[in-house]
Amino acid sequence: MAGELKKTPLYPVHVKYGGRIIDFEGWALPVQFSSIKEEHHACRNACALWDVSDMGEIMVEGPGALGLLQMLLVNDIAKGYPGRVIYSPMCYPHGGVVDDMMVVCLENSRYLLVVNAGNIEKDFEWISGLAKYFWRVDVKNLSADIAEVALQGPNSEKVLQKVCSYPLKEMKYYHGRENVDVGGLKCLVTRTGYTGEDGFEIYTRAEDGVELFEIIMDAGADEGLVPAGLGCRDTLRFEASMPLYGQELDENHTPLEAGLSRFVCFDKEFVGKEALMQERENGLRVKLVGLEMVEKGVPRTGYKVFDETGEKELGYVTTGSYAPTLDKYLAMAFVPVQSSQIGTKLTVDIRGKKVPAVVVKMPFYRREGKKK
Amino acid sequence: MNFPADLKYTKTHEYARVEGNQVVVGVTDYAQDQLGDIVYVELPEIGREVKAGEVFSTVESVKAVSDCYAPVSGKIVKVNEKVQDSPDLLNKDPYGEGWIAVIEMKDPSELGNLMDQKAYAKHVEEGGH
Repeated sequence: MAGELKKTPLYPVHVKYGGRIIDFEGWALPVQFSSIKEEHHACRNACALWDVSDMGEIMVEGPGALGLLQMLLVNDIAKGYPGRVIYSPMCYPHGGVVDDMMVVCLENSRYLLVVNAGNIEKDFEWISGLAKYFWRVDVKNLSADIAEVALQGPNSEKVLQKVCSYPLKEMKYYHGRENVDVGGLKCLVTRTGYTGEDGFEIYTRAEDGVELFEIIMDAGADEGLVPAGLGCRDTLRFEASMPLYGQELDENHTPLEAGLSRFVCFDKEFVGKEALMQERENGLRVKLVGLEMVEKGVPRTGYKVFDETGEKELGYVTTGSYAPTLDKYLAMAFVPVQSSQIGTKLTVDIRGKKVPAVVVKMPFYRREGKKK
Repeated sequence: MNFPADLKYTKTHEYARVEGNQVVVGVTDYAQDQLGDIVYVELPEIGREVKAGEVFSTVESVKAVSDCYAPVSGKIVKVNEKVQDSPDLLNKDPYGEGWIAVIEMKDPSELGNLMDQKAYAKHVEEGGH
């Protein structure tokens, strides 16, 4: 079985650092090195380094690129400029989500889309399908040629600056730069992440991936840098209430239901606009909410959510976990809008037992100093 | 990995420490390592009668839910309340402070069905299944 798994260019470092390898969406990736909790705390308090080469990269290039992206994506890509990064969901005509992604605006007619590992083929087909209707735009799937690492945590800037000549202080959140020298390697560096902490995502050629990882590990030796796995990648993004495609986002739920309305721009045309406008007008059916368990128990993905009495089924948990920084048992869940107000008492069916929970505000965790 | 010689072991990675007609039960060092950070332990009710091989507790780590099977039949006479507030005791000290429950044995001859240290170490070496 393990022989059939795809390996990222960084597979040798996972083995070298003693990662516990599992099957993640067909990829052989480490779930943890030391322990999920230790790596989680290292990211919140110092810094941690991930191989995220499983992510996909799709280049959209040419005079028609902006027009295509404006039609494909629900966010306003026209507000991009070279060096700007924009987050956006991508919808089907009925409003369900194809995928969510980061759009790195490299030049006014050249954009790198960073998409989820499990959706690369689907996204590429979807984007290419629409690109046919646009004049002079080229769509390329570069996923196999690119290695990507994520350096996250409060010490990230200090660590990366040791091996990088570009003044990182000048790089603002959700901005990035191409051809940055990192320890002699030419990299794309963006100040982005999926942990709720400050940090960077660094892209290089696949064949340089191992070297990039080691350069950063060495630079972080005195700053508490640890290699980290998928386990805490999930607990960190969960505490920061960032959605994961396949759980909070899918083709059956719209970005409005998933609480992403701030990323939807209704002042332009885009695929799915009609459906979303109708939904906005008629009101949402369901909404993604945060739940905190009132009694102990771990609400896990897929568990059913009931009303306070435990009689009436209302929805389900999209992600649930013990939250290491907050030391609480939390969940995100889709429930009817009528049951989504903060303070609403609900129950979660934990293997047959209805355990009390209450609707709480998201994000569960927000780092100090980050503006609201 | 540490498997003390004075304990009895199950194939499903519980241990039993015999103290008179009672056994102290928990999960082995191998089990806690495989599970990773343990974040919740569901304790059985005191007074409950369990049969050997029956689920008496559930241990949850960040990533997984794992049932614990009673090594012997008998009555639950004590549970470790401490692990409810500090489930990580199962990781830190599985054979000491991280015990789960005490079972008063119904039939001490059942102990003969359990593995000794050597047999259990071999079981783990072979993959633990």
